[in-house]
Amino acid sequence: MSRPPLASELNLMLCHACGKACDISVAGHCCDRCGAPLHARKPNSLTRTWAYLIASLVFYVPANLLPVMNTKMLGSGDDSTIMSGVIEFWSHGAWDIALIIFIASIAVPATKFVALGLLLITVQRGSDWAQRERSKLYRFVELIGYWSMLDVIVVALVAALVKFQALGDIEPRPGILFFGLVVVFTMLAAMSFDPRMIWESRQPEEHTDEVSSH
Amino acid sequence: MLDTDQLIICEHCDCVYHKVPLGKHQKALCQRCGAELQRYNGLTLQQRLALSFTAGVLWLLANFYPVMSISLQGFSNSATLWDSVLALATGPITFIALVAAISIIIAPLFQLLLLIWVLCFAVAGQRSPGFSLCMRWLETLRPWSMLEVCLLGAMVAVFKLAGLLDVLPGIGLLALAALSLLMIRVAGRDIRELWDSLP
Repeated sequence: MSRPPLASELNLMLCHACGKACDISVAGHCCDRCGAPLHARKPNSLTRTWAYLIASLVFYVPANLLPVMNTKMLGSGDDSTIMSGVIEFWSHGAWDIALIIFIASIAVPATKFVALGLLLITVQRGSDWAQRERSKLYRFVELIGYWSMLDVIVVALVAALVKFQALGDIEPRPGILFFGLVVVFTMLAAMSFDPRMIWESRQPEEHTDEVSSH
Repeated sequence: MLDTDQLIICEHCDCVYHKVPLGKHQKALCQRCGAELQRYNGLTLQQRLALSFTAGVLWLLANFYPVMSISLQGFSNSATLWDSVLALATGPITFIALVAAISIIIAPLFQLLLLIWVLCFAVAGQRSPGFSLCMRWLETLRPWSMLEVCLLGAMVAVFKLAGLLDVLPGIGLLALAALSLLMIRVAGRDIRELWDSLP
């Protein structure tokens, strides 16, 4: 398949801050429009992404095992984890809410681990397998990124509302801290991954020389 | 030499294209990786500024009115966004309160302040003082502003509590709903076009 010319072939570099196509023979190391530093690829992309990804995997364990909140109703206290919250909704017949929480809190982070891991490994192997699909996968990971913050906000609101001392009281528990860290670190991992590396396969591909309009 | 102002580089695979004028509802995709290159932007500067002021008012409503209130055996309580951030700040988990505060209160506020500042000058055809800095911060803040998530979270919280006690959604929740939709419209990626329209 023929493709349009690449920025590197035309001596151009994309400015990540303002989106300008900078001529590196004129601009040097900084964008001539906004002054942000120019990079052909995000610096140390693979190392940083692995580091953030592994950190978030480590936090994922306490995030799921530790209780995220404590509900005290009429004297009896009860710790609940994220999964037990999902099961509670499910058993009360509220399958739709259970599904929302399950997707946002458990499925989304798990999908991100698998997807980013897959992208990192294929990029390191210089694979040219399913490049277009992997590119789409990266955009999907970026899109679903922050939805896992859902549970943090639910716990915050519920804990702020239910404050009736002996009658009923809900408090956040450390699980929610680790959960928030998982979200922050997976977002950082997705941001530090450079999707252009997906296209750097070891096999050369054909291309056209003219800049086409799409 | 190429006129670089008329070129677009695909962020996802580095392909280079010429910019094209787009019609309503049209967007341009990269041939190689399928990423979006350009999208039609239907807002004039004046409209965007007006919507930003509207969003500013909604931010005030969303933050100063309770998101919801509950009652249990004659006792009642209500919580604003700030109250829920404070609820997280107790004990050893204060850090998460900071993350929550940034994502649902601070980031949207700064996005709006920066937008209004930049757009007020843009309407007069000028770059505002500190234009590059403001534009770069708008890019940095965008992924950390999570109002849509906050809206869904508030709705889940309503259902979660509805089984235990009486829940009443407040003015804050309505304002939050409207604000999160407006933010998608006014503070999206397309504000980058200001770079082109203000030489």
